[in-house]
Amino acid sequence: MASSEEDVSAEDKENNRKKTKRPFVTAWLTVYNIAMTAGWMVLAVAMIRFYIQKGTHKGLYKSISRTLKFFQTFALLEIFHCAFGMVRTSVIVTGVQVCSRIFMVWFVTHSIKQIQNEESVVLFLVAWTVTEITRYSFYTFSLLNHLPYFIKWARYNLFIVLYPVGVAGELLTIYAALPYVRKSGMLSVRLPNKYNVSFDYYICLIIVMLSYIPLFPQLFFHMLRQRRKVLHGEVMVEKED
Amino acid sequence: MKHYEVEILCAKTKDKLCFLDKVDPNSTIGEIKAMFHRSHPQWYPARQSIRLDAKGKSLKDEDILQNLPVGTTATLYFRDLGAQISWVTVFLTEYGGPLLLYLMFYFRVPFIYNTKYDFTTSKHWVVHLACMCHSFHYVKRLLETLFVHRFSHGTMPLRNIFKNCTYYWGFSAWMAYYINHPLYTPPAYGEQQVQLALIIFLFCQIGNFSIHIALRNLRPPGSKARKIPYPTKNPFTWLFLLVSCPNYTYEVGSWVGFTLMTQCLPVAFFTLVGFIQMMIWAKGKHRSYLKEFRDYPRLRSPILPFML
Repeated sequence: MASSEEDVSAEDKENNRKKTKRPFVTAWLTVYNIAMTAGWMVLAVAMIRFYIQKGTHKGLYKSISRTLKFFQTFALLEIFHCAFGMVRTSVIVTGVQVCSRIFMVWFVTHSIKQIQNEESVVLFLVAWTVTEITRYSFYTFSLLNHLPYFIKWARYNLFIVLYPVGVAGELLTIYAALPYVRKSGMLSVRLPNKYNVSFDYYICLIIVMLSYIPLFPQLFFHMLRQRRKVLHGEVMVEKED
Repeated sequence: MKHYEVEILCAKTKDKLCFLDKVDPNSTIGEIKAMFHRSHPQWYPARQSIRLDAKGKSLKDEDILQNLPVGTTATLYFRDLGAQISWVTVFLTEYGGPLLLYLMFYFRVPFIYNTKYDFTTSKHWVVHLACMCHSFHYVKRLLETLFVHRFSHGTMPLRNIFKNCTYYWGFSAWMAYYINHPLYTPPAYGEQQVQLALIIFLFCQIGNFSIHIALRNLRPPGSKARKIPYPTKNPFTWLFLLVSCPNYTYEVGSWVGFTLMTQCLPVAFFTLVGFIQMMIWAKGKHRSYLKEFRDYPRLRSPILPFML
């Protein structure tokens, strides 16, 4: 599932404060976000070029898989950014976001080769690419204290389409992978064994799919609330926990 | 004697919820909560949080009105803590589950394993021993809840019972499934491993119980006094010299013993998760001891001697 959630108005102030107090942190984050924006743009261009040249989506995943794996795995750094207080977001939220992406890339599309040419893969790749380019350029411009309104608009509006599209692509891909997982018995452990444990990757994937049901609405409505706060300056009465 | 007037406002919306006049200056917050409950019967005292400041800390039930920094017309803020449930209820439910669930797996009740194994028992004696240890552990916990522990708070939020029961019931079912499975593999080092594990388990069970008794004796019945725990004549309590929360230390030890006894990865996982949670609690308790008592012994660590 796509973008991470931050309180932007507070984040803007936080970034301004940080900039005056921590030049190295700001410098690193700016470099990081520029690099990630560039990386996902390279991916976008590669995908468009492939489709124009070949006229089909078959083989597209294979052609961009190394770049995808590199930049998506590199995003693990964002967990450390939160853990070390460099970025004001919850470690757990960022962790869940990044891990779900890592799971999709390494434990589904990389490991189950037979589904790499499914249309659903292109669906989530497009959603992720557009989301990440918007998100990383948003952070870059925020750090440089010069955020064009259209980037802010994009970040807080495109998700309305991209989130559901990405989720659909991910779920359809996992669903397509199920029969291959069942047949190969991959990543599974059966009894009897020395450590008295068993693990069925097929069941695990089904549980992952089911987990989208409670998780996706929560993340989506959080983004909607952020959108109302940032774009329309609505004052939200928070529900105290 | 001058009577006080008390107005209670909603902490979120600042609406006036209740106005009490002719309040005895020696009234406690507990008594004010009872009065507030009469005008708003849906908010029983246990779910009321009364503060001096809308975003401040909750006042204690024992606090006396005239000792608070308020004038003769006191403004107090109310926050609804949500539906509450008693600690005793939660503990009995969350511990009763594992006790019963494990036994269901042990006796191989139908629909868990293959039908040909229904109502059979394992051929490995360590499986019987494990069942006895697991059951003993939870019976001990239930009895301690009823007869030993003295709880500071009467209640906790209702949603906790769902969270806690999911944790305890879920993990115990997961562990019990493998230990009582027809394809269970006994420990690699056989008798020696199981005997050592049993010694560790029993030692830690006695230790844990000793600490619970020592903590109970710190606080006379009905009192909410807070004191530093010290070692007593019981050697198992000497761990207080090195650790703030030896009950948690012994608890982790018991589960390490059980892991060794069963050689089951889900048990190891449960032990690890429990340890992380208890470490967080121990650190919090340790910090509040240090804050509350100037003369708190410096040698003590939260949960593991000299380490954590």
